[in-house]
Amino acid sequence: MDIVVLLKQVPDTETLIQIAADNTSIKTEDVKWVINPYDEFAVEEALRIKEAQGGGKVTIVTMGPERAVEAIRTALAMGADEGLLIDDPAVEGGDALGTAKVLAAAIREVPYDVIVAGQRAVDDDCYQVPAAVAAFLGIPQVSMVIKEQIQDEKILCECTMEGGTVVVETELPALFTTQKGINEPRYASLPGIMKAKKKPLARKTLADLGINPSEVGEAGAKCRVMNLSFPPERSPGKMIDGESPEAKAAELVRLLREEAKVI
Amino acid sequence: MAQGVLVLAEQFEGSFRKMAYEALSEGKRLADALGEPLTGVVLGFGVEAMAAELAKYGADRILVGDDSALADYTTEAYANVLYDIVKDHDPKILLLGASTRGKDLSARLSARLDTGLAMDCIALRVDGDTLVATRPMFGGKVLAEVAIQGTPPVAAIRPNVMEVVEAEKATAVEKVQVNVGVTKTKVLEKKLEAAAKVDLTEANIIVSGGRGMGGPDFSLLEELAEVLGGTVGASRSVVDEGWRPHSDQVGQTGKVVSPNLYIACGISGAIQHLAGMGSSKYIVAINKDAEAPIFKKADFGIVEDLFKVVPSITAEVKKLMD
Repeated sequence: MDIVVLLKQVPDTETLIQIAADNTSIKTEDVKWVINPYDEFAVEEALRIKEAQGGGKVTIVTMGPERAVEAIRTALAMGADEGLLIDDPAVEGGDALGTAKVLAAAIREVPYDVIVAGQRAVDDDCYQVPAAVAAFLGIPQVSMVIKEQIQDEKILCECTMEGGTVVVETELPALFTTQKGINEPRYASLPGIMKAKKKPLARKTLADLGINPSEVGEAGAKCRVMNLSFPPERSPGKMIDGESPEAKAAELVRLLREEAKVI
Repeated sequence: MAQGVLVLAEQFEGSFRKMAYEALSEGKRLADALGEPLTGVVLGFGVEAMAAELAKYGADRILVGDDSALADYTTEAYANVLYDIVKDHDPKILLLGASTRGKDLSARLSARLDTGLAMDCIALRVDGDTLVATRPMFGGKVLAEVAIQGTPPVAAIRPNVMEVVEAEKATAVEKVQVNVGVTKTKVLEKKLEAAAKVDLTEANIIVSGGRGMGGPDFSLLEELAEVLGGTVGASRSVVDEGWRPHSDQVGQTGKVVSPNLYIACGISGAIQHLAGMGSSKYIVAINKDAEAPIFKKADFGIVEDLFKVVPSITAEVKKLMD
């Protein structure tokens, strides 16, 4: 069973985000780069599928600059077999649609039965790339999966949504996105880290994929960032004093009713 | 020539989600700004009667795709049908609510249409020929203004943000042809709670618990949520401990919420948590640690043992409601 994992390197969520001088991107000097948390679940699930199916190949596909190699190596250290980095300055400033075009083009050259991705990237929060990749490849997508099982060319998925979960079944090849709760990602072992250094990691450019730079990156973006700003700063409000918990409670309720008018 | 604003009004198990009305109202606002008509779209099975409701929110046209093949939502089927509707009606703008399904549907559809999509918009405006959206990034730490282009530009609107405005019209419901095409996805089972429980992303009042809760017993918070008509949330540590399910998690790697009132009990206020609830209208923080960072962002703070003060708050609210 051949599995492709879409993996993105993103700023760690602890990062204090600062807006760069161009006002349309963030400062990256002090950023700690990590595997997108939801993509860790994707890598782990891909490894589990390979183990459950008794063999196959897990290929990590990433679009990003050279520093993203570290993220791919971590996935290889966890147990993935090969990596592919698409690195091209022309993808800079692109939107999710452009990213999906690039990834789909790369995936078309790799045999796959199932594609696994994180439900969203925690930097842009677009929730868009996996679904767009599936659309471009003409395969079904299932999102927010917390449990999956592959049997006889079909995949059964339990997915979360408002109010609970839904169980769906679709045919392979298919793409699904991972939601927290699907698994506990394994740590890369020391032997794994050593092995990862020798695993194949290919690098491709847009030209290698036959993609016209005008279709992607800032040139091809259909959703373009005009400016970034910070949400209004919240300042500390009123600390409620009182002689007892009961007194504090009464004062809070009074303020919520009379001042805030929210109850 | 592209014309009008098209809005998908999401129905769920036979009722419209509140975000359907929010999307319609926002659609009406944009349509009026453009001087163009508003069309509401309803997809499902046995939904023709309920579709008439959209007239209450100013829809000039109401299109219904009513077919047994749409009885259960699958992204494949709904995307195929909505694709046909968009191609037939050629709107200037397409709006959807960014529910879990709405996110999937808008993403797949905009790829098929090769058009721009802004996800999880908290504001929209028309600037000349361009649709401009404001959307949060980095879990809400940053707001981005984005220009959306394409035929048509698509905006998926964050639930619980846009105002619902009634604008009654006398509009008839038109049935459209439904062709789901070849689809491979089947729904086998639905394990959904009663519609009465409001999802965190749609809640107006949230009572949330953090590590200070000390364990999985959230009954104190559930009681307070009940008298307030709110929903219970949780911080990441609580979920990581296994005390509460991930669906309750508020934060950068959980749900981003925008209630009128967010009561944080025993939550210290990590930046990832703040990213998830920072757009709440009012924040109340209850924590026995006076140094907890959350107090810097709360409108009302109580330094106290939550186990002592929360029951009293519940009692006071009950008194108020009587």
